[in-house]
Amino acid sequence: MKTTKFILITFLTIYSFSSSAQSKTSTVPAVDVKNLNGTVFNTSDIKNDGKPVIINFWATWCSPCKRELNNIAEMYDDWVEETGVKLVAISIDDTRNMAKVAPYVNGKGWEYDVYLDPNGDFKRALGVNNVPHTFLVDGSGKIVWQHNSYSEGDEYELLELVKKLNAGEKIN
Amino acid sequence: MKKFSRIIILSLVFIAINNNLNAQSSVDQILNRGEIRGNFQIEAQYYVEDSITGAEEVPEDIRSNAFLNLIYTNGGFSAGIRYESYLNALLGYPEGYNNNNGITYRFASFTQDRLAVTVGNFYEQFGSGLVLRTYEERGLGYDNAIDGIRVKYKLKEGLSLTGLIGKQRIFFELGDGILRGFDANLDVNTVFKGFEESKTRVLIGASAVSKFQADQDSRFVLPENVSTVGGRINVSRGKVSVNAEYAYKINDPSADNGFIYKDGQALFIQTTYSQKGFGLVLAAKRNDNMSFRSDRSEGLQNLLINYIPSLTKQHTYNLLATLYPYAVQLNGEVAFQADLIYKFKKGTPLGGKYGMDIQMNYATANNIDTTILNDEAGKRQGYKSDYFKIGEVYFKDFNTTLTKKFSKKTKGRFTYANLVYNQDIIEGKPGKPVVYSNVGIVDVTYKFDRKNSIRTEGQVLITEQDQGNWATFLVEYSYAPHWFVALIDQYNYGNKDSDLQIHYLNGSVGYNDKGTRVALNVGRQRAGIFCVGGVCRVVPASTGAYLSITSSF
Repeated sequence: MKTTKFILITFLTIYSFSSSAQSKTSTVPAVDVKNLNGTVFNTSDIKNDGKPVIINFWATWCSPCKRELNNIAEMYDDWVEETGVKLVAISIDDTRNMAKVAPYVNGKGWEYDVYLDPNGDFKRALGVNNVPHTFLVDGSGKIVWQHNSYSEGDEYELLELVKKLNAGEKIN
Repeated sequence: MKKFSRIIILSLVFIAINNNLNAQSSVDQILNRGEIRGNFQIEAQYYVEDSITGAEEVPEDIRSNAFLNLIYTNGGFSAGIRYESYLNALLGYPEGYNNNNGITYRFASFTQDRLAVTVGNFYEQFGSGLVLRTYEERGLGYDNAIDGIRVKYKLKEGLSLTGLIGKQRIFFELGDGILRGFDANLDVNTVFKGFEESKTRVLIGASAVSKFQADQDSRFVLPENVSTVGGRINVSRGKVSVNAEYAYKINDPSADNGFIYKDGQALFIQTTYSQKGFGLVLAAKRNDNMSFRSDRSEGLQNLLINYIPSLTKQHTYNLLATLYPYAVQLNGEVAFQADLIYKFKKGTPLGGKYGMDIQMNYATANNIDTTILNDEAGKRQGYKSDYFKIGEVYFKDFNTTLTKKFSKKTKGRFTYANLVYNQDIIEGKPGKPVVYSNVGIVDVTYKFDRKNSIRTEGQVLITEQDQGNWATFLVEYSYAPHWFVALIDQYNYGNKDSDLQIHYLNGSVGYNDKGTRVALNVGRQRAGIFCVGGVCRVVPASTGAYLSITSSF
């Protein structure tokens, strides 16, 4: 128990150091995920020419995830045109369902960048507990906002935040 | 374990202090590159005795599971820990967690050019996992992380190697066996000149894993080193993709297979075709004597080295997901699956104003063909199997879902499913009849405005067997982006015993803000099977209140 306490206190101390020195928020960690054709893609290459990026964790077996991405898909063209935003959808489906991801994405006609994270490496690196989990990354690559779970209408808040970022306003 | 944590922590403290002693500008420089992130979750349940559902008295009254993950990253260096607490574990969790808390996961890793080294705990998957997959499903209490050393090296762009050695986690301890693994991945188009521009993409992989466990058995002479090898290929061209993987294991007498000396093998093939508005998956799998654990005496989900996926649809609607879900049979199974999605375009007769989607799925799982050899006193091969024959039915599932938007405010999903479920095999209940059931589900969402919406589900499951017919009704109101309330009632109206025609009523309220979610549930939960990611556990009936807090930072 002593060791445990010691470790926790130490970590919290380091955390407070980091956070005090670090008024900025965190960046997207560099992790290898897969393209839909199975080739390797490193998440440090998630970029959008200085425009905001939405990173959304989902799975083919997760109903709220699919509701969210399908609802956004209906408006995605307008979002891109208005704000230049890009949505990157990270499927956490494992071997059991991974093969269904590309047919589902194409079947639904999604125009997102979709990557596979079958063993949860990227999910773990970003501290994601459950899907859906959404991150908003600003033009300089900093994570400025996140949201866990989905309710109908959440997408409008997300769009407002993207617009705020584009207008140079601060989030939080 | 503790010593190791200390070393990592001390080095981190050193970095922190060292940074502080330096000039402010360099402190900023270094710390600005360093980041800490992580997540936290606590689930606590208050239990009360319920004579109607048979929920038993829980002596502790309150039980809880919790964890905190912290990961520190600075350039190519990364280190992390996880603290877990089970005082005592929620009902239905593996009992090995009970009355335990402490650091269960700690690692340090660095990446330099083409080399990446991790020491401590890590998760790894070779190919689709037929020879090795370590992963975590915190919701189920599943975690077979390796504690050891992993080295990854990229020989050149498109050609990477991984080697590892270590032992696996079982609850708050490590398993008996030692694991050694090697994996190679080759992206043919990137590595070989002349193929860069080819429309056909080819990926090839190979892996080998060996476990060592001393033989202390007085009855048999057991192999102390057991190895598995696997090969895989993925070919894709345009709309078509084919993915095949084969794994072979030498004799591995274990509690799973009744200590026979037969070898094991698994084959998994998936083909997909997709274009805008249409997707098709066809898959087949055969696994024969392929349970592979770092302790031959273990069972359940403990100390599995490899991962054999089940090849059935992972349902999410309450009655389909928790009454009769399929769990993969490690000793032997032949499975097939077809999955189709089609979009009727806007403006077509069936598509209407907003379009309509149809999804169809058919999956079967059978035993492999087996002829018992009765050679216990001889070679102990146990059985022989004709590769192209199939045995007893374990599970069948035909299901189809229509998704349709009726207006700007109303959307519906309609599902029909027909299930055949071999309770004897899947739940290990000898003599219980096979369950044949038909399921119908209506799911309608109505949006009042941008913030307010209501969703309702009506579900029925009709069966002559087991507990008879069930109905579920759910209503969920959400006020975006922060609040939701829901009420669900599962009613076993068709139970032949009228005392067991029970309403399982459960209410919940939740609040979301940024990375944090708080939810409170009050009511009854029926005994059932709770699955995440294809792994299932049996949850006993309970009545009471459940609180969960989840936060990512």
